Amino acid sequence: MSASAIVMMIVALLAVWGGLGLALLNLKRHPEAIDDEEADAVLRDGASVTPVR
Amino acid sequence: MWSGRRVFILAAIGSAVGLGNIWRFPYVAYENGGGAFIIPYLVALLTAGIPLLFLDYAIGHRFRGSPPLAMRRLHPKAEAIGWWQVGICFVIAVYYAVIIAWAGMYFIFSFTTAWGEDAAGFFTGEFLQVSDQVNLGFDFVPSVLIPLILVWGVVIAILAMGVQKGIARSSIVFMPLLLIMFLILVVQALFLEGAWTGLDAFFTPDWTRLGDSSIWVAAYGQIFFSLSVAFGIMITYSSYLRRKTDLTGSGFVVGFANSGFELLAGIGVFAALGFMAASSGVGVDEVAVSGIGLAFIAFPTIIAQAPAGVLLGVLFFGSLVFAGLTSLISIVEVIIAAVQDKLGWLRVKAALVVGIPMALISILLFPTTTGLNLLDVTDAFVNSFGIVAVALVAVVAMSAGFSALPRLREHINATSSVKLGRNWQIFIGGVTPVVLGYILIDTLTTRISEGYGGLPTWFVGVFGWGMVIALVLIAYLLSKIPWSHRSAAYEKNVHEPILDAELDANKSATDKTKGSETGLPETAASGSVAGERKNP
Repeated sequence: MSASAIVMMIVALLAVWGGLGLALLNLKRHPEAIDDEEADAVLRDGASVTPVR
Repeated sequence: MWSGRRVFILAAIGSAVGLGNIWRFPYVAYENGGGAFIIPYLVALLTAGIPLLFLDYAIGHRFRGSPPLAMRRLHPKAEAIGWWQVGICFVIAVYYAVIIAWAGMYFIFSFTTAWGEDAAGFFTGEFLQVSDQVNLGFDFVPSVLIPLILVWGVVIAILAMGVQKGIARSSIVFMPLLLIMFLILVVQALFLEGAWTGLDAFFTPDWTRLGDSSIWVAAYGQIFFSLSVAFGIMITYSSYLRRKTDLTGSGFVVGFANSGFELLAGIGVFAALGFMAASSGVGVDEVAVSGIGLAFIAFPTIIAQAPAGVLLGVLFFGSLVFAGLTSLISIVEVIIAAVQDKLGWLRVKAALVVGIPMALISILLFPTTTGLNLLDVTDAFVNSFGIVAVALVAVVAMSAGFSALPRLREHINATSSVKLGRNWQIFIGGVTPVVLGYILIDTLTTRISEGYGGLPTWFVGVFGWGMVIALVLIAYLLSKIPWSHRSAAYEKNVHEPILDAELDANKSATDKTKGSETGLPETAASGSVAGERKNP
């Protein structure tokens, strides 16, 4: 492989897989919130309900 | 409903990662500047792909329905756009299933390299028995018919089980399996002789091409087709999300995971093509192909020659089957959800009443000696004049037509970790209409002046032009059918339509001072799902 091809392979992998890594990190930092009626059910009965569309 | 965002993300990646990632991206990147393609590709991902993904999420999540219902709730005049998307999904599903059936058969053929020395001759001859006549025939080919029936059986069974028990659970199994199989495939390909020559051809940048508008169009086209945006899938999938879901956070994962898989496919495919070039003593440029030619002619040739070729074949065709199945499931789900919403049916009934006739149409038209040309024409036209056209109409309607973008942006920002700025509105209202408009006009002029693939005019007229025009007319008619009182349109737990952005903004300001009289705050994230709307 030529030097320019190797450089571009690394750049592409870093950009795309790095972007995925950052996106996953961001998601991890913002834990999933449950909807109000689910939270109410937990408070009331100590059990969660399935989310409703 | 999804049990959580994790399964939604898996299912959404499953939908986005399809055959196009494996057989389209590598060649498009190679043909359009090699390593230099990464620049327009990333620009397109960030200025059109991910913004369009967010638009779909916003519509589906705010208005909580399949495309016709969500669009109708957004604006009463928009319902036809939703049905147009449903129609496009219908057409894609009936031929997409056939390709999965082929891949399934090639998975089995891999064990004995049944194609022998002549993969091209085997594919069109012995396997598909392609007829010389270009017409609509009913001369069935059992080796395609049987796997096709199986594919439909699996898809209908999964969809009948519902969103969480069917789609989510199948994604939890299929997606990790796909990733593991594909990773092993790429590693194996990298150890083939000539692999690095293939990668050299794939990644060597041709910077002069960056000034050429065609590679930018190719990059936007690839991103657009690869992400499965703008034809209803993501609207449907995001309608099953909790109201407080982090939409942008999830969307970035889906967008980058799709591209990550594509890049991996590029490496695997070009490593294998490097081997093929080396073993036949030609340049990589002479063996580089895309689409059906890559999967069913070039890869079988490689499998027959490579050491441990059986493993390579099993992994490659197995990956095609799983990538295709998860995408097909998401496409058919759009139609089932639309029928369920409009008629107020239960899941199993809707899945069977939609799935079985679709399967019959697919089985009647495609596993025949004349099916290949039909597949070719419908695929080309539904992509160029179906998906691109409906996307253009949708973005123009959302921006210039209904001025819905500020409201949708507000909705996304209410629950999301990454807040969208005004840039998002510029990308949707400015960048995407220009790019989609250009792509549409460009293909339109080519098709009108050159026809399609040397096929007879009547054939292209009926199954190409006729089909795409019929989709629009049928969509209009379906939007005129009244919604039954049992249908989801009469549920009271969704946001008001966006009839006038300015009026809405004023109303929102008054609502805030009066407290939430509508039972739902004007931004997202209300939990009052079960509650009736308290009308003043």
